[in-house]
Amino acid sequence: MSGLEDLYREIILDHYRSPRNRGELETPPAVRADGFNPLCGDEIVVYIDVDDSGTINEVAIGGQGCSISQSSASMMSAAIKGKTVTDARRLITAFKGLMSIHETDIGGDGSEAEMGIDDQAPHISIDNTDDVSLGDLEALRGVVKFPVRIKCATLGWNTLAQALDEASVT
Amino acid sequence: MTFPRDVKADFPLLRQRFHDTPIVYLDSANTSQKPQAVIDAMGCYYETTNANVHRGSYELAVRATDALEGARAKVAGFINAPSTSEVVFTKNATEGMNLLSRSWGGANLGPGDAVVISEMEHHANIVPWHMLAAEKGIELRWIPVDAAGHLDLTELDRLLDGAKLVSLTAMSNVLGTLNDIPHLAEAAHAAGALMAVDASQYVPHLATDVQAMGADFVIFTGHKMLGPMGIGVLWARAELLDAMPPFLGGGEMILQVTKEGFTTNEIPWKFEAGTPMVAEAVGLGAAIDYLNDLGMDNVRRHEVELTAYAMRTLTETHGDRITIHGPSEPAERGGVLSFVYGGDGDDCSGTVHPHDVAQVLDQAGVCVRAGHHCAKPLMGVLGANATTRASLYVYNDESDIDQLNAALTAADDLFSF
Repeated sequence: MSGLEDLYREIILDHYRSPRNRGELETPPAVRADGFNPLCGDEIVVYIDVDDSGTINEVAIGGQGCSISQSSASMMSAAIKGKTVTDARRLITAFKGLMSIHETDIGGDGSEAEMGIDDQAPHISIDNTDDVSLGDLEALRGVVKFPVRIKCATLGWNTLAQALDEASVT
Repeated sequence: MTFPRDVKADFPLLRQRFHDTPIVYLDSANTSQKPQAVIDAMGCYYETTNANVHRGSYELAVRATDALEGARAKVAGFINAPSTSEVVFTKNATEGMNLLSRSWGGANLGPGDAVVISEMEHHANIVPWHMLAAEKGIELRWIPVDAAGHLDLTELDRLLDGAKLVSLTAMSNVLGTLNDIPHLAEAAHAAGALMAVDASQYVPHLATDVQAMGADFVIFTGHKMLGPMGIGVLWARAELLDAMPPFLGGGEMILQVTKEGFTTNEIPWKFEAGTPMVAEAVGLGAAIDYLNDLGMDNVRRHEVELTAYAMRTLTETHGDRITIHGPSEPAERGGVLSFVYGGDGDDCSGTVHPHDVAQVLDQAGVCVRAGHHCAKPLMGVLGANATTRASLYVYNDESDIDQLNAALTAADDLFSF
């Protein structure tokens, strides 16, 4: 079915079929945050365990939702595991930047250039990842062509931001 | 099918193509499309009749006032209201519900007073009562929904005991369930409670007689019945409206204003503060003319036939892959088909998420709603966070169902692992 390939990339469907870091962590020592999309009822639960040096040692993802929300959260979990809180926040900013292009310019002509899906788009840089490559998160780039799905893609990331806030006060 | 002419041709929007395919609009429980007659009536109003109402001394203003009040009379006739003065125009059904809870509820309910609703209500018939519970300490009681999608009335007597108001939907916007309002109104009255009906999904699809319903309040919206967005109706018995305090204050709703206070206008204008939605009323009147021309019995017959066709063909094609919620007998339900696709029956695992189903259907030009349908408590009962919902109306035909059916197969191909 034409037009959907940009949204449902194979890597996205792979994370949807086989979500990484699925489960729960004991709280405490881990912290938990719950995110909801009131539009569709999707929910994401993010658990992170941050050590004294500020490194995210463990991450687990719970909840349920559509392929985009679940695969985005799965990729996110793989990308932040072993990273510092600072790096994770940087990643959130970069990812939300990628997803906010269309939200702030919804009156455009709908062309790719208009939506910023070109070389000007912010790049997400992830250093020394073990099981996740840059390409994984880049696969979600196509979501901006489907504005109603942007909230699906960012749900896990907003929930992670809550969890990081939680971790920094405990 | 039932109609002697091509109804779809009356709806200009449905001539459009999306994603290189003719649009298949299956989201009428959300909002309906508008026939050319409604669009023209509203345009004509602005071209020939527009002026403010109830206050101009010139001929044009008189015509505008007549247009508004003429529309009110059409509504009254359409629902068999005993008097035109009992028809209050609101912004939508949600505002009607808030008028009921704020005005009648505010004056008549206090701490511990019980309002009975059900698990299949739209948020519009839930949240206003939650708000009143937080403010005044009223008690909210819930009639449960059984596995077949009907109200479970086994505990009705206990739930009604001491209740002041029963407020129920006439037709579920998720399950299509038709509730037996006359029976429920009788039970409410026997228990000393008043009966309010959320008829937003009922009035567009079935001949409505508020007197036969036995209700005290009936609330619905214009945009689901071929009319424009921005106008709804609250009908109530005149003696109730007369006794209720005003809802919003301002112009139009007063008789006298002094530095010391005000007196209220007569009903229904007492509840219509400010400049009303005259063009929208005219559009609603034109929608009623259009529906009357089709005949509400024909509208209902068409939807039962098409619902039966949809349930039969979807089940034939997709077998156990599709679970359609709500009553299994088409004649006992409205044309609202909420379903879960994929998985194996009761097990949620393996289902294609409704958001993903709707995305693939959209690519085939098929418009459906995916989500909780503003009925989150019911979603909890169904054990789902969301469903996909296809809802039918006068302009739908078998070809629309066939396109839905084919597009579902495409979703299955993409997501079956």
